[in-house]
Amino acid sequence: MKTTNLLIAGFGGQGVLFAGKFLAYKGLLEGKQLSWLPSYGPEMRGGTANCSVIISDEPVGSPIVSNPDVLMVMNLPSLDKYEDATVAGGKIFVDSTLIERKVERTDVDAYYIPATRLAKDAGFPTLANMIMVGKLIKETGMVSFDGIRDALSKVVSAKHADLLEINLKAIETGYNYAE
Amino acid sequence: MAKVLMKGNEAIAEAAILAGCRHYFGYPITPQTEIAAYMAKRMPKIGGVFLQAESEISAINMVYGVAGAGLRVMTSSSSPGISLKSEGLSYLAGSDLPALVVNVQRGGPGLGGIQPSQSDYFQATRGGGHGDYHMLVYAPASVQEMADLTVLGFEKADEYRMTSMILADGTMGQMMEPVELPSGETRTFPKPWALTGTECKRPHNIVNSLFLKPEKLEEENFKRYERYAKIEETEAMYESYLMEDAEYCVVAFGIASRVAKNAVNEARANGMRVGMIRPITLWPFPKRAFAEAAKTVKAFLSVELSMGQMIEDIELAIRCARPVSLCNRAGGMIPTPEEVYAKIEAMVKGE
Repeated sequence: MKTTNLLIAGFGGQGVLFAGKFLAYKGLLEGKQLSWLPSYGPEMRGGTANCSVIISDEPVGSPIVSNPDVLMVMNLPSLDKYEDATVAGGKIFVDSTLIERKVERTDVDAYYIPATRLAKDAGFPTLANMIMVGKLIKETGMVSFDGIRDALSKVVSAKHADLLEINLKAIETGYNYAE
Repeated sequence: MAKVLMKGNEAIAEAAILAGCRHYFGYPITPQTEIAAYMAKRMPKIGGVFLQAESEISAINMVYGVAGAGLRVMTSSSSPGISLKSEGLSYLAGSDLPALVVNVQRGGPGLGGIQPSQSDYFQATRGGGHGDYHMLVYAPASVQEMADLTVLGFEKADEYRMTSMILADGTMGQMMEPVELPSGETRTFPKPWALTGTECKRPHNIVNSLFLKPEKLEEENFKRYERYAKIEETEAMYESYLMEDAEYCVVAFGIASRVAKNAVNEARANGMRVGMIRPITLWPFPKRAFAEAAKTVKAFLSVELSMGQMIEDIELAIRCARPVSLCNRAGGMIPTPEEVYAKIEAMVKGE
């Protein structure tokens, strides 16, 4: 039985919930069991936003991820808040453009991706989230890289086909990024 | 049908439409606003009515009107809003009108907070408003059940001429899970009492909850409670999990049962013979399942997002034959599986 408990956290507006939703759809298309739970309420207005995503071969129990196997953070307060909660042997993905410090834990694998800079350089400055997702797929295998277009077409509306292409490119950029 | 990914709130809204509901009246409040938003988008496209009322009280009385006309109708709100609707719930009961009311609970009392809670248990299971009455209360524990119990809620409301309440919480409303939407087939019931116009071919129907003659009002109450007795006999629903050889029984509904399940699995992995009963209907409470369990288990543990409300129904159902302990958080907090596990361990050790 394989279960991945993922927590994605950052500022509201960085696409934290969208990134989680994409991974959830990818899991759905792969026939996995899953849950997606956003933070909601006043903290979303300019404050921190996060979402719990669980993808599993078994039915999901609690949808709340308080101790992630995989942590993806897009601002410093989120790393400060969730670093210690990550399980030993877990993986932490850091947007190193926005977070200058390193992961202090030595019992987790840390990955540093300058996602916000890469996104800006590539001409899609709002898609740092999906660059992070690309790297996350590569290093965790929690969902497969194959068929990401199908999953994207579920979360990007047909009216915005152009956005689908750049999302795809952003994921590929992250997937192929080597530190 | 292929599974789709939906929020619990959206699943309720779509299931209601599939069950034939074409009238929605509401007033926005976190964390259930997606229901209203979904209805606002969909209803005009399918010839239905979405109306944002000027208040919760107004919305529930619009529900009363459409229910009186014999059509499937719903409203939704969250805890403080349900308190406002309680007068209307009592009037619906007094007039024997079917309706579906959704409460996506948040922490209370008062304006409280917006995070998930189960502290409206007493309010829901005891009727909510004034007078002798009950509502059918359904407690979904997955997005799939949010959809399925909505359809069932409409059907049972029509069958028994009473309100069905979906008692969810902020987590169930906000989370997304794969859901297979209901087929759209739904049981309907004749409504000869409805106000549909006589066309001068039959006597007038009257929908009313005012009975000034106490003999008549008592008769109405007695008749209603005969129906309730039948419901208690036949409509209780629950899920039994690992209870076959259980020596200890965890009890939880809704989101609390999801957390508790993790803890039960962990306890099993460590050799503790623990099972779980998850009430799906909170009224009628699945009393028989508990009376049966009390014959074999040594103790119960109630896991709740309240100060301990369901625990009273467990104690009543087992006539206090076994100790019942409580694992709870309140005010919008949710216990971790570890907290529940610690309480299970204490129960097994007899602490």
